[in-house]
Amino acid sequence: MNAITVLIVFPLLAALLIFLTKNNTVRDMLVRIGAVITAVLTLAVVVLYFNDGISFNYPHEEIMDYIMVFVEIAVAIFVITIGFKNKKYLVSVFSLTQTSMILWFEFTQKNGIEVEHAFILDKLSAIMILIIGIVGSMIALYAVGYMKAYHEHHTDIPVRKNFFLSILFLFLSAMFGLVLSNNLTYLYFCWEVTTLCSFLLIGYTKTPEAKNNAFRALVYNLGGGLAFALAIVYIGMKFSVLELSTLVAMKPEVAVLIPVFLLSIAALTKSAQLPFSSWLLGAMVAPTPSSALLHSATMVKAGVYLVIRLAPLLGDSAVGRVVTLVGGVTFLACSLMAITQSDAKKILAYSTIANLGLIVICASIGTQESLWAAILLIIFHAVSKSLLFITVGSVEHQIGSRNVEDMGLLFRVSDKLAVYMIIGIAGMFLAPFGMLISKWVAMKAFMDSNNIVIVIMLAYGSAATLFYWTKWMGKLVTRARVKKHHEKHEFSLDEHIPIFIQAALVVISCFTFPLISKYALVPYLTQLFHKEALIPIGTSDVKIMLFMLSMLIILPIGFIPIYRGTKRRKVLVYMAGANTGDNESFRDSLGNTTKVDLRNWYMEGIFGVKRLTLWGNLISIGLLCAGVILLIGGLAA
Amino acid sequence: MVILLGILFIILAPLVGGLLTGIDRVITARLQGRQGPPVLQPFYDVFKLIQKESIQVNSLHRFYVYLSLVFVVFTSGILLVGGDMLLAVFALTLGTVFFVLGGYSTRSPYSTIGAERELLQIMSYEPMVLLTCVSLYYVKGSFFVKNIIAKDVPAIIYLPGVFIGLIYIITIKLRKSPFDLSTSHHGHQEIVKGITTEYSGRDLAVIEITHWYEVIITLTLVFVFFATSSVLSRVLAVVACLVVYFLEIVIDNAFARYKWQQTLKYSWIVTGVLTTLNLIVLSFFH
Repeated sequence: MNAITVLIVFPLLAALLIFLTKNNTVRDMLVRIGAVITAVLTLAVVVLYFNDGISFNYPHEEIMDYIMVFVEIAVAIFVITIGFKNKKYLVSVFSLTQTSMILWFEFTQKNGIEVEHAFILDKLSAIMILIIGIVGSMIALYAVGYMKAYHEHHTDIPVRKNFFLSILFLFLSAMFGLVLSNNLTYLYFCWEVTTLCSFLLIGYTKTPEAKNNAFRALVYNLGGGLAFALAIVYIGMKFSVLELSTLVAMKPEVAVLIPVFLLSIAALTKSAQLPFSSWLLGAMVAPTPSSALLHSATMVKAGVYLVIRLAPLLGDSAVGRVVTLVGGVTFLACSLMAITQSDAKKILAYSTIANLGLIVICASIGTQESLWAAILLIIFHAVSKSLLFITVGSVEHQIGSRNVEDMGLLFRVSDKLAVYMIIGIAGMFLAPFGMLISKWVAMKAFMDSNNIVIVIMLAYGSAATLFYWTKWMGKLVTRARVKKHHEKHEFSLDEHIPIFIQAALVVISCFTFPLISKYALVPYLTQLFHKEALIPIGTSDVKIMLFMLSMLIILPIGFIPIYRGTKRRKVLVYMAGANTGDNESFRDSLGNTTKVDLRNWYMEGIFGVKRLTLWGNLISIGLLCAGVILLIGGLAA
Repeated sequence: MVILLGILFIILAPLVGGLLTGIDRVITARLQGRQGPPVLQPFYDVFKLIQKESIQVNSLHRFYVYLSLVFVVFTSGILLVGGDMLLAVFALTLGTVFFVLGGYSTRSPYSTIGAERELLQIMSYEPMVLLTCVSLYYVKGSFFVKNIIAKDVPAIIYLPGVFIGLIYIITIKLRKSPFDLSTSHHGHQEIVKGITTEYSGRDLAVIEITHWYEVIITLTLVFVFFATSSVLSRVLAVVACLVVYFLEIVIDNAFARYKWQQTLKYSWIVTGVLTTLNLIVLSFFH
């Protein structure tokens, strides 16, 4: 029994307790306590094991295996039944195939395969645990306030808060298990549990749309799971290996690359890369905390985490090239498509997929620098994205819409939320915030590894990224006047505290990235490559970045005295001399009063989602097929 | 030492930039068969603007313009002391984003349309600017201006395609015709000038000075392509900058304004074709 076991088991118990508690007040309290304890436990585990890492086995492995087999069978029965019930036969087929395959493997083939380290905590898993534990528990905390307001707004949706909140904790537990497992069967088990959790969360509202999208997520991820299961069986039978660390240490020969390719497919589906991305876009129907969780701390990060683990095998290999290009196509296509969206959650979804694409590129190029960028991207993306999601959730309750076009009001309705949102957006693309630092290193790494096409894709994608975030920010700074009848909703502390902490995390992570690099990334990469790793950004540049960041924080404050000092004449905005006097409308050529309506650009004609999705999917399918052909060719040769 | 040098450059840059703008106006006038203003007219304009009353449509919109100036000055500082180009480009982007936000924050139709168009222009030229930096890194092994110009062979030898692409988008960055969508003005004399419509007096002067810095920043990018360790090459590089600036003035006067669709498409196509070809050819020798 060690702290790590506690870390995995505690959220599980919390989930069970929350599920069984019927009283609202008690349950909310339980969730708050559970979230705080999870965060504290996370910190404790990281503090305890960060320096030396730990790898261990449980003494009674068979018992664990039996428990897992039992749960796997139960889950499979559940999935197969609902698949039949809802006429989603593909779900049932996928589930049946992979479960029977894994069971057959467990009982007939697995004997004799020794697993030395079932669990490993190294610096990478420590970082992942921190993200899952801190960001995840903040989202759980936020869910308390959000769900209360959610059901006040959506009276038609059956209240199953205990179910929703407990799944959040189950999710965290599975993610902890996932990033700590070195035994591939355990990893696979947790992988499938996250799939199930996401299915349950997306389908929460039980509307036909939610059900449909939940099944879509299930089909895609079970498909990925199938690839995972195949990889395990292949590795187990061919090499008598079940440990991820042993697999990764092998030479990248064709025989090894086959399971690596399968695992990459599983990772790409989990990380919603093209052509598997539609499930994540559909996942937006769920209440916001679940989207926040899926997009920032859990689920999609599992995929890129696996790619980072596989990085030493990807590198220069054909499989690596294919995965890199798929990431590139995804990054470019989704960045462009995000321009055409006006629904805030849709923009966030496209941006998530795009950024995951970037992480996939960095991870699959597999050089020291690019992995440095990949891991930092995961950190920065998790904090900024979860901040943005939970802010959007609260904004929706405040202004009654999550359309960016309506957010001009936000500054007048709740200036705090507007500022938090601006911090989140800045964190996603502006210098000197985190995502940009990583993007910068990524560019350098791509040039160093001669990936010209990828750099060009990155340049275009970045330009598009800049466009859609800035126009969103533009709406926020507009500060439109609030209509009289606007009904303001209470912005509860349950929402405010996690949002505040997340916003602080965005800023703090930018200030402390040199430390993260020094104490976590550089040692990890040095060990992985057996070669001294360096921080890819020069010290002078880091100083300039931190200086810029400080300026961004100090300058707005410095402006206050200037404003107090001046008394400037205030005039109406220019409307060709026809402003009716309230800045809201003008007198048109017929003498009527016409309201001014200012809209952003969406450019559907150029970046139409349908066309881009089609092309993106075709190209990425083509790339994956090329990967298969290359592997077969490699085998034949 | 570096900081002192930086401060010196930061003071000199707008003087040179303003002078260039003045020359621009004289040449433009001559091309149009007019006498034109004196060369120092931009400075007179700015002094006059500072003396004029500043009026505002809300209390916040000038804030963004000042922030924009701060970061553009910062950018030119980084570039002129030989710092990291990519970092400079990011700082410049930050400055321009603030300028755009200023346009949005006025909540005025003219200004907002100007801001949106400016944003579109940023999106049009951004890939090329980024690719210029990474291409220079590719051939010179460093993002630092001082290292790039310390080698023996000028970058232009390796990167002719990238250079032509850069010249193409400099037209957008300088807001010159056919890419002057966001300011919607020509010859600097219209009142309704897109994004700057709601600014007056001191704020407008700040915008003008920001523009001077931007002229210097863009020309520095040109300079980097020609300069090497020898003094002669640096003189040549300055001449190249002047030639490019003259070329931009001629283009400004020779073209009618494009639509935004054309701006985006042409600049992206030019960027894509030229850099891809250039870099792929290079990668064979790398």
